[in-house]
Amino acid sequence: MNALSVEDLGHSFGNRRVLQGVSFAVAEGRMCILLGRNGAGKTTLFSLITGLYHARAGSVHVFGQAMEANPSAALAQMGIVFQLPTLDLDLTVGENLRYHAALHGLPTDLSKERSREELSRLGVLDRIDHPARALSGGQRRRVEIARALMHGPRLLLLDEPTAGLDVPGRRALERHVRELCRERGIAVVWATHFLEEVGADDDIVVLHQGRVRWAGRADRISPELGVESIAEAFASLTGSP
Amino acid sequence: MKTHHALRALHGILQREMLRTLRQRARLFSAMVRPLVWLTIFAAGFRSVLGLSITPPYQTYVLYEVYVVPGLAAMMLLFHAMASSLAMVYDREMGSMRLLLTAPLPRWYLLAARLLASVIVGLPLVYLFLFVARFWDVRPPILGYVAVFPALVLSGLMLGAFGLLVSSISTQMENFAGVMNFVIFPMFFASTALYPIWRLAEAGPVLATIAAWNPFSSAVELIRFALYLRFDVVSMLVVVACLVVFFLAAMVGYDPGRGLWSRRGGEG
Repeated sequence: MNALSVEDLGHSFGNRRVLQGVSFAVAEGRMCILLGRNGAGKTTLFSLITGLYHARAGSVHVFGQAMEANPSAALAQMGIVFQLPTLDLDLTVGENLRYHAALHGLPTDLSKERSREELSRLGVLDRIDHPARALSGGQRRRVEIARALMHGPRLLLLDEPTAGLDVPGRRALERHVRELCRERGIAVVWATHFLEEVGADDDIVVLHQGRVRWAGRADRISPELGVESIAEAFASLTGSP
Repeated sequence: MKTHHALRALHGILQREMLRTLRQRARLFSAMVRPLVWLTIFAAGFRSVLGLSITPPYQTYVLYEVYVVPGLAAMMLLFHAMASSLAMVYDREMGSMRLLLTAPLPRWYLLAARLLASVIVGLPLVYLFLFVARFWDVRPPILGYVAVFPALVLSGLMLGAFGLLVSSISTQMENFAGVMNFVIFPMFFASTALYPIWRLAEAGPVLATIAAWNPFSSAVELIRFALYLRFDVVSMLVVVACLVVFFLAAMVGYDPGRGLWSRRGGEG
């Protein structure tokens, strides 16, 4: 069973069409990089996948659960890191995690145990009693990932998680997420416009002007398009220099 | 929806509201001081110029301070509801609203839980004000403090649902200045919070009609009657009906298929 199936998805805001005929699937335990320039429609696609609003056309299934018909069952399988930081800056790191755990129905004891576990894994356990406001950008991102993992999701969605981070911070975050994918068998959808974040073994979906231009294994894109590198392939698919 | 999950989520939302409120000390302080300033300055001035005839639920002539305290309690609920609504717009702009709306529970339940939590957090301040008002010789019967509880909850929910509706159609925090000027202030001043209907009728029949139809007046009267151990059925029915209408309208605003985000999108 696919972790995520997106079928013929379309959406528009008024007369402005932002997504059209978007289809792709992510298998269990796979890392899928959603590649697209700014304005390609990645964030809208994330909003539709996470049920923030309904698509005008098409469907989204998470482990077989239709998002529109059964959003609670679909959302229960998902961990989400949005493009905009969503930590409550008035709360401590621990309180932020426990709030998320409560929304997912975790009992208090388990919530405390999991928050320590996940923060420790991401190297920010020492910040548990600090206000979220006091964290650096990289630490906030790691806390958001720890929070997204609190309820044991099988699909992790990250919308441009490295935006605003320096190069070492981006590398560290990417390494953590790849470890999660490998060790826990979590399927990951990672939206980005940084080509260097694509691994040879990843699946990639290239989104441009609201349409999927290419989808498949990263190591297949260059030979299929007859170019030397992923960068060239991306440039040719998106018509950019 | 499983009951234990729903209760844990409600507990989490309530805890977050409490922590945020306790940490915003300036907001807490101003919420308490505002009605006391009205009671001290406004009521003292009006006491000398405004005569009050016997107006139910009072069975005798009362001081203006006695008349105005239920209105000021309702004003606290109104301003608390609007502050909560503003916080929801802020959360939406800052992104943290997404966390709530992507929780695996029905959206109506999540918003209702947030509404209830906001009212619960606001109530202690209203009670504190009612007790402090005793120093101004506003001394309703002790049992009135118990009887007023459901009236405060219902009124708080109705005003909170109105705030929820405002937040569902408000795209930016800047719009709130307009909401204050064109919604909140008229709602408060064109009501029975500060003057009885017959006084407003003397000023103009149109104003009296607006005040009579204003749901905020019903909230004020529900609180006033309950505080003096009387039950105002009509006010209660109006408050409950408005609560249902405002909440349902807010649900349309937050609906993933028809709401604001669906039409205009989030951040792109």
